[in-house]
Amino acid sequence: MMRGLASFAITLALWQGIVALGLLPAFVLPAPVAVIETALKSRALLATHFAVTLIEVLSGLFIGAILGMSLAVMLQLLPPLRRYADPVLAASQSVPVFVLAPVLTIWLGYGLGPKVAMTVLIVFFPVLSSLTDAMDALPEADLDLARIAGASRWRSVRFLRFPHAQPSLASGLRVAATYAPTGAVIGEWIGASKGLGYLMLMANARSQTALMFAALALILGLTVTLRAGVTALMRRWV
Amino acid sequence: MTDWSIDGSLTLGPRLLFRGALRVEAGWTCLMGASGTGKTTLLRALAGLPVAAALAGTVHRPERIGWMAQADLLQPHLTVEQNAVLLERLAGRKADPDRLATLLGSVGLEGLSRRYPHQLSGGQRQRVALARALLQDAPVLALDEPFSALDPATRQQMQHMVHGAVAGRRVLMVTHDPAEALRLADRILILSEAGLRVISPPAAPAPRRVSGPQDWETLGQLAAAVAG
Repeated sequence: MMRGLASFAITLALWQGIVALGLLPAFVLPAPVAVIETALKSRALLATHFAVTLIEVLSGLFIGAILGMSLAVMLQLLPPLRRYADPVLAASQSVPVFVLAPVLTIWLGYGLGPKVAMTVLIVFFPVLSSLTDAMDALPEADLDLARIAGASRWRSVRFLRFPHAQPSLASGLRVAATYAPTGAVIGEWIGASKGLGYLMLMANARSQTALMFAALALILGLTVTLRAGVTALMRRWV
Repeated sequence: MTDWSIDGSLTLGPRLLFRGALRVEAGWTCLMGASGTGKTTLLRALAGLPVAAALAGTVHRPERIGWMAQADLLQPHLTVEQNAVLLERLAGRKADPDRLATLLGSVGLEGLSRRYPHQLSGGQRQRVALARALLQDAPVLALDEPFSALDPATRQQMQHMVHGAVAGRRVLMVTHDPAEALRLADRILILSEAGLRVISPPAAPAPRRVSGPQDWETLGQLAAAVAG
């Protein structure tokens, strides 16, 4: 933690130093001090847009994680569904979900909908695949316990496969938490009137680079906090 | 007493592993033989577990079977207590907490019920596996080299403990260790390509110590059988 803060402080100092040399104009790279000043001056504006993005990210992460885990469990319980879904899922893994953003906008409009949907899509796959792979990887010898007990498919998932997959699920959720804000921001870039992604585009169009950096800093802060939060939650649970 | 038996044949590709009838009788039966003769396959078939070999014939077994393998099969994210009740949970039954506490105490795990497997020694882990097998209250136990991963002192201790704990049940154990068979068996079966052969253990009641030239002779016989 201390080491992280120290690296952060040194980076900021280097950044401030480079700007102070006067090699780059402020609209290309504003000084950290200028960014902080702008952030404080525009805190009401930033807070409004941050709240919107936060809601999108949290609901997308929650829904995506629940959907990913539910489908992973259903695939274990229903082999016919598994046979159908496996190729579909493998193919959809190779689609960069960002390209779907304009489609989502057509389907769901310009409100919260497409941003949450984008986040859900980004969260869904790492959760689904980390949980599925780990539940599949239960050793044969452990499976003997289920056979000896005459366990139903549901009970072997509940008491053997799912607990076995906990560490892998936790890392899947951590990855999901890292990507979730990206999903929301990209959704906002495609078409929005609120949110930090929208604010960044707006500030960019008006050459308010410092405001753009302030929004960026908030997105980074959100990502780091979210990841740390999920990690703490997983440690408690696992 | 429900029959625990196999009547038929087990073939792995072109190889015949077993043909005939085997009925597991009361007491402790040790199944021995050279590596690759199909001891474990025979045990698994009798336990109703899937085998690579093709089974032609019939297996009769009680509904409940206790199972201990070479690995303890403890789940790392479950506590001792949760691991001990795992088979009951998998079977959809609820374990009686008093009975569980008594059982954990009787296998020397008192006060350890909230520990996790990584906090236990090898012997303690195998005791959890024993508790898990016993909690099912099965009339028969299938053991696949359950002591082979333990150090010699712990192994002997566990042999005595298991022998006492399973008294009154029918046990079939695969083992490579002639001394173990001599110590525990009421009946020793040697599986080879020629079929099943019975070797009589010493007359003294098990668990017994190796003593006297007669035991040495049996040990030598068993060692030769295991070597093939």
